Amino acid sequence: MSASTPYGRDTLALHAGQSPDPTHGSRATPIHFTTSHVFSDTAEAAELFNLERPGHVYARISNPTVAVLEERVAALEGGVGAIATASGQAALHLTIVTLMGAGGHIVASRSLYGGSHNLLGYTLPRFGIHTTFVDPRDPDAWRDAVRAETRLFFGESLGNPGLDVLDIPTVAQIAHAHHLPLLVDATLVTPCLQRPLELGADLVMHSATKFLGGHGVAVGGVLVDGGRFDWEAAGLFPTLTEPYDGFHGMDFAEESPVAAFLLRARREGLRDFGACLSPMNAFQILQGLETLPLRMRAHVDNARQVAAHLAAHEQVARVAYPGLDGHPDHALAARLLPAGAGAVLSFELKGGRAAGQAFIEALRLFSHLANVGDAKSLVIHPASTTHFRMSAADLAAAGIGEGTVRLSVGLESLADLLADLDRGLAAAGKLSRT
Amino acid sequence: MDLNVLGQPTRIYCGGRSFDRRLPAVVMIHGAGHDHSVWQYQARHLAHHGFAVLAPDLPGHGASAGEALTGIAALAEWIEALLDAAGVARAALVGHSMGSLVALACSARSPRISALVLVGSVAPMPVAAPLLDAARSQRARAHAMINQWSYVPTSHIGASACPGLWLPGLNAALMARQREGVLAADLAACNAYTDGLEAAARVGCPTLVVCGERDQMTPPRATRPLLDALARGGAAVRLHTLAGAGHAMMAEAPGALGDALRDFLGSTTG
Repeated sequence: MSASTPYGRDTLALHAGQSPDPTHGSRATPIHFTTSHVFSDTAEAAELFNLERPGHVYARISNPTVAVLEERVAALEGGVGAIATASGQAALHLTIVTLMGAGGHIVASRSLYGGSHNLLGYTLPRFGIHTTFVDPRDPDAWRDAVRAETRLFFGESLGNPGLDVLDIPTVAQIAHAHHLPLLVDATLVTPCLQRPLELGADLVMHSATKFLGGHGVAVGGVLVDGGRFDWEAAGLFPTLTEPYDGFHGMDFAEESPVAAFLLRARREGLRDFGACLSPMNAFQILQGLETLPLRMRAHVDNARQVAAHLAAHEQVARVAYPGLDGHPDHALAARLLPAGAGAVLSFELKGGRAAGQAFIEALRLFSHLANVGDAKSLVIHPASTTHFRMSAADLAAAGIGEGTVRLSVGLESLADLLADLDRGLAAAGKLSRT
Repeated sequence: MDLNVLGQPTRIYCGGRSFDRRLPAVVMIHGAGHDHSVWQYQARHLAHHGFAVLAPDLPGHGASAGEALTGIAALAEWIEALLDAAGVARAALVGHSMGSLVALACSARSPRISALVLVGSVAPMPVAAPLLDAARSQRARAHAMINQWSYVPTSHIGASACPGLWLPGLNAALMARQREGVLAADLAACNAYTDGLEAAARVGCPTLVVCGERDQMTPPRATRPLLDALARGGAAVRLHTLAGAGHAMMAEAPGALGDALRDFLGSTTG
């Protein structure tokens, strides 16, 4: 029995956060497509604004459909609550701006989604927030990068696209020794394969666009707080521990030591930066969440077979999938991802960029697009798309070669996927022989 | 704000307003293994409607220093010391669960208490042996048991009144933040306090008993001896039942509890 719920993961994925609609008895989560909610009288309006009673006021701050998604992901992750955002990028931005302002510093894994690398490496410096990127496998690098102004550690459960496994317990220990929180982007693993809060992380974010939704129809993000980080004791986070004139002079850590981060993020971050999630998107992501445990099991089963198939193929130079024996993080994956190392993998084709192009263009089932985590199988060439802004040196450091191809293995019949890959590999091989 | 109480730095939440001792004072006492934040909404509600709120972290809890006190009587004495430290002559007491026993004991001994609210309360308040054992040696198991019994079944599914908050997770994290030994000391104090009915018979101030309709820890039917004892002592007693709520009624029925507290305390301050 977990301390927070007697229910299992599969049950929570279907039910958490929602009781049947009391007015009409609707079993499915209703889509509350409204910008605002009527106050019963002027007194109630004032009380809601004063946070004397909880409730919904305006959809930029909270919405009943979005709240179901927030609670459900918080329950699945074992957190105290969550905030759904317009995208995964918005969740990352919301975390950062809640914890620091200009002058702040982040220590981040260098194996990140290209969009996150962009935000940290190029965009936030314009606002005075700087990041040191480190080798995620090197504990000393994390330790050595800490400065007096550091406010956050950040990494991905599975680094993109080399699939480095983040040693969350070790990195969390280093962060905590410096009184810093660790944010983990768990997009590629979902709470079905790993619950980073249980491994020591303090905050977890998802691009819900990916596996949580699983259907590729809705962009969204979710940010979950584990509620364990002691912001007051750290003494580094005045946004959470000093009165905020912008919201009733609230000292968020005094107001709620456990939910201080979420309070500030919602009452300032969502309110002022405005990257809220649409209730329609929340509904669509909830439909996907209902089948997340089933889908992740099937994704992992297919991905294991695909990885093994590619690793044995003469046209493939190497496969990056932590579920394979040869991956440098195989042992770590066995410990931190015992139910499977996800369904995204990358591999290096013999023949470089031209071989990569021939491979992708010969595929019929794998869709060539910039996304992962769809129920349908996907493929992309990172060097020319998701990571195109990175220098050759940064690409190499992140484990991306000219011929690196990233797959997101879907739920199609395995034989059909293998046949499609063989078709692409044959095209690549033909090219390299001519 | 932070006050020094009996030589120990003590965290006191004032409901988001500056403490104004000219206003009627209300002390809100949390339960076992908790801190002031369980009263977040009700404290804000009272503080924004004419009351001077003092919601302390009891010694050794939350951000307050010191060791957890080991008996209800000691905690009741500490509440009087808190009033002294805050410069408050008279105050109403609101207590939840273990905090209700502290409020009861303090009201029975002190003429400074103007009104009493017992939230989720029974007297005596025996604690099941497996929970006492778990609190001593298996905290996570104790937290799971408390969560299981604190919330009504719908709360275990979710749909919390507080947008985006997963209440069972919030409560588990709050209990996990408390120092080692605090929960065990609190539960032992509840279990050992057998003077509740005698204390109730000595309470002279207006008293409100608030029950969660579906409370499994302190079920409504079990409050009868307490209500009878209060009546025997001559206190003007009211009973208020929160529809659909369990033991964690501050989170499960935040608005309804806030309204009940404000209505009652307003009636006692004229």
